[in-house]
Amino acid sequence: MTDVKIDIQPDMTTEVTATERADVRSYLRQWAMPHVLCPGCAHGIVLRSFLEAVDQLQLDQDKIAMVAGIGCSSRLAGYVDFCTLHGTHGRAPAFATGLKLARPDLNVVVVTGDGDGLAIGGNHLIHAARRNIDMTVLLLNNSIYGMTGGQAAPTTPEGAIASTAPQGHIEPGFDACKLLMGAGASYVARVFAANPIEMTKVMMDGLSHPGFAFIELVSDCPEYFGRYNKIGGGPEMLNWIAVRDEGIAGPLSEKRFVEHIPVKPPAIGVKSGVLQREIRPVYAGVRAAEGQHT
Amino acid sequence: MTIQITMPGEKLIQGNEACVMGAIASGCNFYGGYPITPSSEIAEHMVRRMPKVGGVSIQMEDEISALASIIGASLAGSKAMTATSGPGFSLMQEHIGFAAMAEVPCVIVNVMRGGPSTGMPTSPSQGDVMQARWGTHGDHPAIVLAPASVGEVFDLTVKAFNLAERFRTPVILLYDEIIGHTRESVSLPESVTVIDRVTPDDALEEFWPKEADPDGVPAMSPFGDGRRFHVTGLAHDHRGFPTNDTAVAEALINRLHRKIDAHLDEVIEVEEYLLDDADVAIFAYGIVGRSAKLAVERARLNGIKAGLIRPLTLWPFPTAQVAEVARKVDTIVVAEMNLGQLVGEVERAAKGQAEVVSHLRTGGEPVTPTALEEVLAKIDGGNA
Ligand code: SF4
Repeated sequence: MTDVKIDIQPDMTTEVTATERADVRSYLRQWAMPHVLCPGCAHGIVLRSFLEAVDQLQLDQDKIAMVAGIGCSSRLAGYVDFCTLHGTHGRAPAFATGLKLARPDLNVVVVTGDGDGLAIGGNHLIHAARRNIDMTVLLLNNSIYGMTGGQAAPTTPEGAIASTAPQGHIEPGFDACKLLMGAGASYVARVFAANPIEMTKVMMDGLSHPGFAFIELVSDCPEYFGRYNKIGGGPEMLNWIAVRDEGIAGPLSEKRFVEHIPVKPPAIGVKSGVLQREIRPVYAGVRAAEGQHT
Repeated sequence: MTIQITMPGEKLIQGNEACVMGAIASGCNFYGGYPITPSSEIAEHMVRRMPKVGGVSIQMEDEISALASIIGASLAGSKAMTATSGPGFSLMQEHIGFAAMAEVPCVIVNVMRGGPSTGMPTSPSQGDVMQARWGTHGDHPAIVLAPASVGEVFDLTVKAFNLAERFRTPVILLYDEIIGHTRESVSLPESVTVIDRVTPDDALEEFWPKEADPDGVPAMSPFGDGRRFHVTGLAHDHRGFPTNDTAVAEALINRLHRKIDAHLDEVIEVEEYLLDDADVAIFAYGIVGRSAKLAVERARLNGIKAGLIRPLTLWPFPTAQVAEVARKVDTIVVAEMNLGQLVGEVERAAKGQAEVVSHLRTGGEPVTPTALEEVLAKIDGGNA
């Protein structure tokens, strides 16, 4: 994507400061705590940003259905107080498709990871995108299989260490956003977990998009990726991903919540921001037009 | 609830079409499928008929997602169905287990063709009987119904939906290519009795999605109606939340079985024909059951005291009914279009009270009445 125009970017002018950030506890199942995520994992930051987006948009809590697959990111669905479906590995977009077609009034959000959404579930993801089903997909990309113990994922960078790539990964990784743009997703964005306020803004934008909205959240896995690749713990990993953020039209915001900690920079940078936005008919399944059936 | 069917009476229809009509009579309003011979007519009829009843139809990207889509729709309150055949049924095993564990009512039709693998797409088979019971991993309950005629496809499709709703479980309708593609004149009933899932009546804040009633079946709330809850395929507690507590997991898995096993009278249906004075009985199901009936009638004309036991419910297996037959007769002939899948169950039920022999065909040829007549004659000759 070389000639993406700035006018597809969401409105980033609204200042949200740390002290103004919403209290999102009413969206959490407090009875389900403590959660399963490791200390320092950025998935929690992503979840908080999402709940802030829900709060800012004043979405009806009863009408949000969160559908997840299998993996660390998918476990987030268990802790939010919406209708939540923790399905099978990679199939969340397929469950969500049936759910959305049966109940178009629901706000359907899919939470998936890079292994869940791009390996075992890649087929479902691209077809949901192609159909332009009105749902928002949050793909938390931590470049590794976290829940199963740090195996190589379809997003693991070449050369990176994983438990099934002890000498360094020998496969090229997917660019999730390019894949989804190719599949015809009507909204594609990438944000880095190091930038929580940008995450909230882009999620608000994606949730408001009529049709299939795909948001890649560049997250991390200090427990496995960070440890195997000697990057460090949570803060170091956040910084490691933050320095990969090339932005798309300059930095989305000056705000960084992570102090600069010197780390070996990764080889490749990735663009962030809204990469594709188009308005096209939303898929509703084969059904009678409103009022046509008897 | 009893609902009227429009256009009752005599009709010439195909088995797969009868399935669609039975589904619509049951209140089916969501179909998610993927084309595969010899089941594709179901998808083709559904896409035309769903809009007329206010329902939705979608052709998914594969059979894994087809079953996932109907599970999603069912959680949203729809009555949902999918249909497939052998290779697609293999892909559906993952979500049959999910639907059993998460207790999501849905109906899965498998129009059996020759296997293994892609096998013989346009030939009949009964090769998926054990797969329908045990295909998905782990201890799980299974309800599998096997119609033997176009009319019975209609009736058992209605029953499949009713059992799915009654017990919050996936129900499999299993018939072969011959029944799927045969056109027969059937008389549709004026009305059918329809069972709907039990919905919770307790206050919103007191609702837990997996709190079962004494019957073992939890009430079900559709997504989006104000009760916010979690659904998972992981072992879970009454709150629907994952647990590693082995006692809770054991109680859950036992309940999934108990809710059906305690109501076998609602599930098991068996046709018994000329068994009162029989010396030999044929055990056959589906299309083979029809061959067997003719063979029994012809054998009777030749003075052979033959009878028929034909299960319409294959799983849970009608153990008590088969045991009863075994007490009456000397020999049970198990006839199947496979290399012997239910014969072991018959032996287990007969407990040596009758001799169990099998007559099996594979490769796409049906079991004919003549072949079974010869088997009966031979057994009669051997006993004489
Ligand atoms: S294994 Fe990795 S991705 Fe999973 S919770 Fe731990 S740090 Fe996060």
